[in-house]
Amino acid sequence: MKVVVCTKQTPSTTAVFSIKNGIVSWDDPGGKPNVVNPWDEYAIEEGIRLKENHGASDVIALAIGGEESKEALKTALAMGCTGAILVSDDAFAGSDAVGSARIWAAAINKIGDAKIVIFGKLTIDDNMGVAAMMTARKLGWTPLTFVSAIKSISADSITVERLLDDGKETVTAPLPVVISVVKEINEPRYPSFMGIRKANRAEIPVWKAADLSVNGGTGAAASKVDWSHIFAIPPRVGSVEMIEGDSIAEQVKILVDKLFEEKVI
Amino acid sequence: MNFELNDEQQAFRHVVHEFVAREVKPLARHTDETGEFNWTAVRKMGPLGLLGLEVPEAYGGAAVDPISAAIAIEELAWGCASTALAVSAHNGLALGPVVAYGTEAQKEAWLPKLATGEGRLAALSLTEPGAGSDLQGGVRTTAVKQGQEWVINGSKMWMTNASIADLMVVLVRTDPGGGSKSLSHILVPADTPGVIIAPAEKKMGLNGSPTHAVTFENVRVPLENLLGAEGRGLQQTLSTLDSGRISIGALAVGIAQAAYEAALKYAHERYTFGKPIAQHQAVQWMLADAVTEIQAARLMVYWAAARKASGARYTQEAAMAKLFATEVSERVCRNAIQVHGGYGYSREFEVERMYRDTRLMTIGEGTSEIQRLVIARAIGR
Ligand SMILES: Cc1cc2nc3c(=O)[nH]c(=O)nc-3n(C[C@H](O)[C@H](O)[C@H](O)COP(=O)(O)OP(=O)(O)OC[C@H]3O[C@@H](n4cnc5c(N)ncnc54)[C@H](O)[C@@H]3O)c2cc1C
Ligand SMILES: Cc1cc2nc3c(=O)[nH]c(=O)nc-3n(C[C@H](O)[C@H](O)[C@H](O)COP(=O)(O)OP(=O)(O)OC[C@H]3O[C@@H](n4cnc5c(N)ncnc54)[C@H](O)[C@@H]3O)c2cc1C
Repeated sequence: MKVVVCTKQTPSTTAVFSIKNGIVSWDDPGGKPNVVNPWDEYAIEEGIRLKENHGASDVIALAIGGEESKEALKTALAMGCTGAILVSDDAFAGSDAVGSARIWAAAINKIGDAKIVIFGKLTIDDNMGVAAMMTARKLGWTPLTFVSAIKSISADSITVERLLDDGKETVTAPLPVVISVVKEINEPRYPSFMGIRKANRAEIPVWKAADLSVNGGTGAAASKVDWSHIFAIPPRVGSVEMIEGDSIAEQVKILVDKLFEEKVI
Repeated sequence: MNFELNDEQQAFRHVVHEFVAREVKPLARHTDETGEFNWTAVRKMGPLGLLGLEVPEAYGGAAVDPISAAIAIEELAWGCASTALAVSAHNGLALGPVVAYGTEAQKEAWLPKLATGEGRLAALSLTEPGAGSDLQGGVRTTAVKQGQEWVINGSKMWMTNASIADLMVVLVRTDPGGGSKSLSHILVPADTPGVIIAPAEKKMGLNGSPTHAVTFENVRVPLENLLGAEGRGLQQTLSTLDSGRISIGALAVGIAQAAYEAALKYAHERYTFGKPIAQHQAVQWMLADAVTEIQAARLMVYWAAARKASGARYTQEAAMAKLFATEVSERVCRNAIQVHGGYGYSREFEVERMYRDTRLMTIGEGTSEIQRLVIARAIGR
């Protein structure tokens, strides 16, 4: 059984987001390099666990992006993925979510034989959270989003627990599937020194547009998303009020009254 | 000459730094205040490779180069000196001689579980109530052959990790006649009957790194627990300490870096006479000296490590790096408190702990005086 983990290189979580004249930039004040999208660490961990606990033969990390995305793939290899592939072509630059899903699907088809594809819940740079769903649609597979546990896997089906706003849901679906995972699913491991050494020596193949049979439009020209007006949301204004009272009980009562008044509770 | 770390070393630093920032640094104060060893973080170090830094991969180790090993300890010390000392003693002092002098059977028996973090840690026991700087003249703990066993009797002092170790590498006298060929190393499993571990010493700092007096009362271990050659204990010790000194130098650099960062941050937040104290020249000079001396110390530590990696003799380089780095660290931590003014003297601020922690570094694994002695001997030749 082959597992594909889709990852993206994103700015670090401490990077500061700024917009000047409609141009977005990210800079880390501590000079931290870009990282694996933090949500994808859970996806990578789960992929590796499928190999360790469910007999997956290969766990392949896949990324779409520039040459620098190899760093994210190296992290995936250092954590324990068995292979990594970068999809990189100028023709793909500026793809919208649907365009990206088409590229993911084409690359997954080229890898072949994959039974489970795993995405993180979302990426911290664009925060859309639709990649798993759209890629499943393009592949014609079942999407299972917000997965918080993989319960069991048989030769032709998978049972997972999904973490939804109003509770948990256990569902079974036929393989192959595309899943997206939430952080409750596991605790990602740190890359090991031995893994880092292996990853540094690994040759990561780069697939170009010509290597893939992408079905439909990709790149900036085919993008249906218009980025014509980008601006920073004005900071929220608010005020702080220290609650005075003779006892904790009295302070709590005043607080609760105020929260009712403001319709917070 | 090249002053850049290679890709692998940079990647190591990044991973260890992230690990320490998340798992070690936030707990440093708790570790110091309670004296609880940070097992939670140390358990996670095994899979990373931090517990078998220079152990060959065949025995489950990470087999990193000496510069990377120094970087690992430096980063750990940046987060928590107590935890760094435990890991440093485990790797360099205890596993080091097992890797260097152990038989295949000894390596198979001990390294895989100790390097991967399945077991507990390991300790090296040289010092005794009457023997620290002068081991050759001072060690009184004896090991006598009886049948197929060594019988060990004596008292050891200041054993880092004793209460959290599975294995003790113990320096004993095997020839009552004395002299430079009268000492040997013996591997003693910590749970052997007759090994009596006293309560942890109450120390000035490094409270999260347990240090113990240990008494050996008719402790019996098989003859094959002799580590290396009989009578080579002193030479093996000196060689182990060469490597250990790079590690203590790195540890001192890590503490100094943390203290400097704290001072720099505070200097920008604290105002006197209408401006941040970072704009007063007297404060600027303390910070400028700190960053300069730390970098010099770091380069000396890496230089000694590079000599070790090249296979050259590095006794003098390691002694110089340890001497300089530990004295720098003390100065930097002292000035970090100075920059904090009254708050620096309070336990509420971390520089107070760092000053107490770094104080050991000019003492353990050879005092500053002993380092100067080693250097003087080397240049006297
Ligand atoms: C927290 C801590 C952890 C430790 N961990 C370990 C451990 O894991 N294993 C272990 O075996 N030991 C350990 N030690 C012991 C440590 O290595 C010794 O304390 C150190 O080697 C100094 O020995 P000493 O204390 O006997 O001092 P002494 O040797 O009595 O020295 C006292 C003073 O005399 C000076 N001096 C001695 N001889 C000379 C000389 N010839 N010329 C000039 N000056 C000299 C010294 O520099 C020092 O200033 C630890 C100590 C501490 C405090
Ligand atoms: C144990 C203890 C007991 C104390 N007891 C008393 C007491 O009984 N009564 C009392 O009133 N206070 C007391 N203090 C407070 C003590 O006097 C102050 O901590 C001290 O005056 C320094 O002030 P500060 O802590 O605000 O440091 P800051 O004034 O903030 O100084 C921080 C750093 O900036 C430097 N700095 C500040 N201004 C300049 C400048 N213009 N040029 C160059 N460098 C500058 C300082 O030298 C210092 O290194 C006590 C403090 C302690 C720790």
